[in-house]
Order: sequence, then C-alpha cells, then structure tokens
Amino acid sequence: MSVQFNEKQLTEFNRLVARYPEGKQKSALLPVLHLAQESFGGWLSAESMDYVAELLRIEPIEVYEVATFYSMYNLQPVGKYLFEVCQTGPCMLRGSDDIIAYIGEKLNIKPGQTTEDGMFTLKTVECLGACGYAPMMQLGKHYREHLTKEKVDAIIEECRNNAAVNN
Amino acid sequence: MAVKLLLENAHVEGIRYYEAYRRTGGYRSVEKALKMTPEAIVEEVKKSGLRGRGGAGFPAGMKWSFIAKPEGVPRHLVCNADESEPGTFKDRYLMEFLPHLLIEGLIVSSFALGSNATYIYIRGEYAWIPDILEHAIDEAKANGWLGKNILGTGFDCEIYVQRGAGAYICGEETALIESLEGKRGNPRIKPPFPAVKGVWDRPTVVNNVETLAAVVPIINMGGDEYAKIGVGRSTGTKLISACGNINKPGVYEIDMTISVEEFIYSDEYCGGIPNGKKLKACIPGGSSVPILPANLLLKTAKGETRYMNYESLSDGGFATGSMMGSGGFIVLDEDQCVVRNTLTLARFYRHESCGQCSPCREGTGWMEKILKNIEYGKGKMSDIDLLWDIQRKIEGNTICPLGDAAAWPVAAAIRHFRDEFEWHVLNPEESQRRNYGLAHYADAREIVAA
Repeated sequence: MSVQFNEKQLTEFNRLVARYPEGKQKSALLPVLHLAQESFGGWLSAESMDYVAELLRIEPIEVYEVATFYSMYNLQPVGKYLFEVCQTGPCMLRGSDDIIAYIGEKLNIKPGQTTEDGMFTLKTVECLGACGYAPMMQLGKHYREHLTKEKVDAIIEECRNNAAVNN
Repeated sequence: MAVKLLLENAHVEGIRYYEAYRRTGGYRSVEKALKMTPEAIVEEVKKSGLRGRGGAGFPAGMKWSFIAKPEGVPRHLVCNADESEPGTFKDRYLMEFLPHLLIEGLIVSSFALGSNATYIYIRGEYAWIPDILEHAIDEAKANGWLGKNILGTGFDCEIYVQRGAGAYICGEETALIESLEGKRGNPRIKPPFPAVKGVWDRPTVVNNVETLAAVVPIINMGGDEYAKIGVGRSTGTKLISACGNINKPGVYEIDMTISVEEFIYSDEYCGGIPNGKKLKACIPGGSSVPILPANLLLKTAKGETRYMNYESLSDGGFATGSMMGSGGFIVLDEDQCVVRNTLTLARFYRHESCGQCSPCREGTGWMEKILKNIEYGKGKMSDIDLLWDIQRKIEGNTICPLGDAAAWPVAAAIRHFRDEFEWHVLNPEESQRRNYGLAHYADAREIVAA
C-alpha cells in the first residue's frame, strides 16, 4: 500500500489543519493519525508516521511518541474486522468475561491475536462509555451493544458476508 | 414528576436536527444572552450555583471568573467530551440525541468568555458522534447562530470538534490541553492554571459537556430560579448514568432531592434489581469514587436517608460515605464479587496511567498484580495490608488526580469488604467456584427486602 493521501484525503487533511491557529498545525496530529490509519490499511507503519510528520512539518519522534501513547492507534497490522470488547467493571458485571471467552472460542484466537485468514482480530479494551448497554464492543466506527452469544454469532456472520460481497 | 431541564425534549421526533430543536424553543438563550454583557452572563451562572458536572463539582461561574484577559491575546473555551470514567455515559447521550443543546450552550458560554474559536474534545471511541455534532454546527451556522457577526452583535464564533484517540487521562483538563496541541496526554503541573495559560499558552476554560448544556436553562430561567431547584449547594438537575445489575440501565435526569433508595427501586428510574436479587453494593459516582455496601448506601452512618446529591452522597467522608462524582451509578447485586470488580478497576487505572509520576505508574501495576493473586486464589493475608499501604502511597503524591482515582476504589473495597478479601485468601479453591455473597452485612438484606 503506497503511503500517500489521495486527493480526497488531502482535502480532509487540509480541513483538519485549518481548525487551528497559524503555526499550530501540530494540533491536528491526533485527527491526522486517525485519517492515516483509515487510509493506510487500518494501522500505522513507521512509513505512515514519517509521512504524517512530513505533512505537518514536525519531527518523526513527535509523531511516534503520540502514536505509542494512545490506545486507538494500531502499531501492528490488524484483521479486516477488529473486535474491541470492553472488560472493565460495569461490563464485567453484565457478563463481558463470558462474551470475550465465547468470541475467542468461536474464532479460535486469544485476545491480541488475529485469525489465520486475516479476517478477525480480538482485542480487549477498557471502558468505552457504554456501561448501560453492556456487554459491548466497538466494531469500526460503531458500538455493538447488549451482546449475547447469539448476537456475537450474527456479527461474525455479518462480517463474513460483507467480506464476501466486497471481494 | 421530576423537573427536567436538559432532557425535557429528548424524545421529540427529529430533535437531533435544527428544525425540531428550534421549534421547541431552542436557541432562545443565545438571543437573550447576546443582548447581555459577558460579565452579566458570568454573574447568572454564579448565581445558579452550577457545579462542574464532570466529576470535581467545582462552581462553574467561579471557574469562569478566573479567566485572564491580557490585551490582544485570544481566549478559548474547550468542551471536555472525553467522557471515560467507567460507569459514565451521560455526555454521550446528550451529544448523540441533543447535539443542538450543547452547541447552544457553547455559543452562550463562548460569548461570556470571549472565545472566538471553541473546541469540543471528544473521546476517540465515540467515532460516530463528531458527524452528528458537525452536522448540528453546520445547521447552526446556516441559521446565523455561529460564524461572523452573530445576530448583528459583532461577535464571531466558530466551533470545532477534535477526536482524541483512546486515553482516559485526557479527561483531566491539562492533559486534554496537551492532547489538543497534538501531544501525549501528560498532565501539566499547576499553577499556571489553564485560565491563565491553557491551550497554546492562551487563557482557556475547560468545562464538561453537561455543565455547558446546563448554561442554556440557566440563561433562559435566570440563575436565581435555577438555584431554587434541588437542595443546598446541589442546585439544578444532574444527569445520572445508571448501569450494572439493575432492570433499567440508562441516563436519567434527577433534581437531586430524591433518595438513593427511590432511584434504585422506583420504576421511574432504575426499576430495581433483576431476578429478585438483593443489592450488595454500589459505586455511586463513577469508578473512582468509594464503593459503598448496601447498608451505608441507602442510609448514612447516622441512620439518615441518603439522597442523590453532592452533600448527602459524601456524608460521612470516605470512612462511611462516597461522592457524586460524574454521576456514573454502578450497582452490584448479591452475586457479584467485590475482589473481581476491584481488580477490573485496578487494571483500568494501570492501563490508563500516563506514566509521568512513579507512585501512579508503578503503584497501579502493583495493585493490579496483588489483586489478581487474591482473586485467583494465590493471595496471602499480608497482601491485603500491602494493597492498603500502596494505595495510601499513591494518593496525593501525583501531579494529577488519576493517582487518587486509582487509590480510592481499592481503599474503599478493603475498608468495607475486608472480610471478602480474607475469605478469598483463606479459601483459595472455594473462591474459584463461587462468590462470597452478602454474608458480612446481614442488615442490608432487611433494608432491601422490599
């Protein structure tokens, strides 16, 4: 994957930078890293981070130190579908331990691992602010809430179908 | 029927969009406020008694009055939408369903503080909400409530939404400012306070989403009228996000005069505990506030009814009370294990420590490891005292309150549930098969029998 924003992505980059005062373009770093992650295969390679540094006219280390601090930036490739399941107190009270174990069993992976076909990654995360709708997970931009084993089955099925349609 | 100031129109069809919002009286506070002086607006907010709804409960009007006004230096209002305290999901509800209420509050507050560029810093995981907010901003702009020369007053204002990227610490205002500047979320040493030196070294006020939304009814009804709602220094209404083992989890607006018992058992709110289970414990104000056993939750140590407000929830201090905090209300039923719950919270704080101060960076990791040993039947009796010792050495010894937030849940769990920790140590095998239950405070059963 070539590390270069296309025209549409560059327009979005310029929109993000324009929010901040002259000379404070570094402030756009977090949103620009989100854009880079979405644009370059769901994770941030050293090459992607260097490209962002160049665009924002800052040192590469300023990008690395930020990318390694925030939990949403993936520093390794992840599966096509990333299941981020909350395991903090309020979700635990509503059975998140069982849901995590069930997904692991179903996909034959442990938290932190990706299925051999590169389709799914399972990750445990800390509180996502959906405590009243627990157990839950983040999948892409959205939350999947009130999870049950049946719902997990349906989500996995849905992902497989989407992947088949898009290929 | 409870007073509703924020969620009154939450169920009006199309309220997320401008037309319905305006039709139900939206943006009236902007019309009113822009005819007032900024100082008069600050005065109304002071009179209202509004306290910061993010968790600290600091008087909002007083915070506003601290903002420095050096000649020729721009000032900024920043809305803290980094809602990350476990148990808390009220700001999400406001932004998702009533985005214009927040935008309206931001316009009035920006005018009061002299902010021409206002930022909403939202946690990165709420990835679909910036689109909702930006749509509301565009609608407000198209209708003349934002942009240049608003309502012909000469006041210019733009609102921008910035996404974070996964870091609880960015809810702390100086860490949020660092993050807004494109850096790691390491809190700053105060002073200087943000009101003097905030984002880009400019005077800055950082307020929670709910606080800024509450400015709308305050301006509409006047600070004095707002202050009449509630009780004592708990004025106005508060959003409570209720979760855990209850029948009706969700976001509720309360006027702070109802009792904790009513909040848990009434059908208007949580609707009681599912499957006829008994109440064991509750963390009433977000994961960092002290957990209380049922008997101390429903009644204070003096035997008085406990109410859902700042003063009553903290009655008894940390010895027998807790805090209102962010309003994240987490209920545990008789089947829950306090050791396991405390372990998940300790893991959370270890994960979220920014690593800047050693008591927090090292201490949160140690607490998690020791709790893990106790939970999985490998603990020693001396571990319980060691845990107590570590949390005491974190509290008060860090730059920001994350250290305290990590220490308090562990301290309160040991203070009130020491017998449950001891039972885990003494019964390493049995504790893997079953939970401890309610055994150590028999009177709670009677209290909640109804």
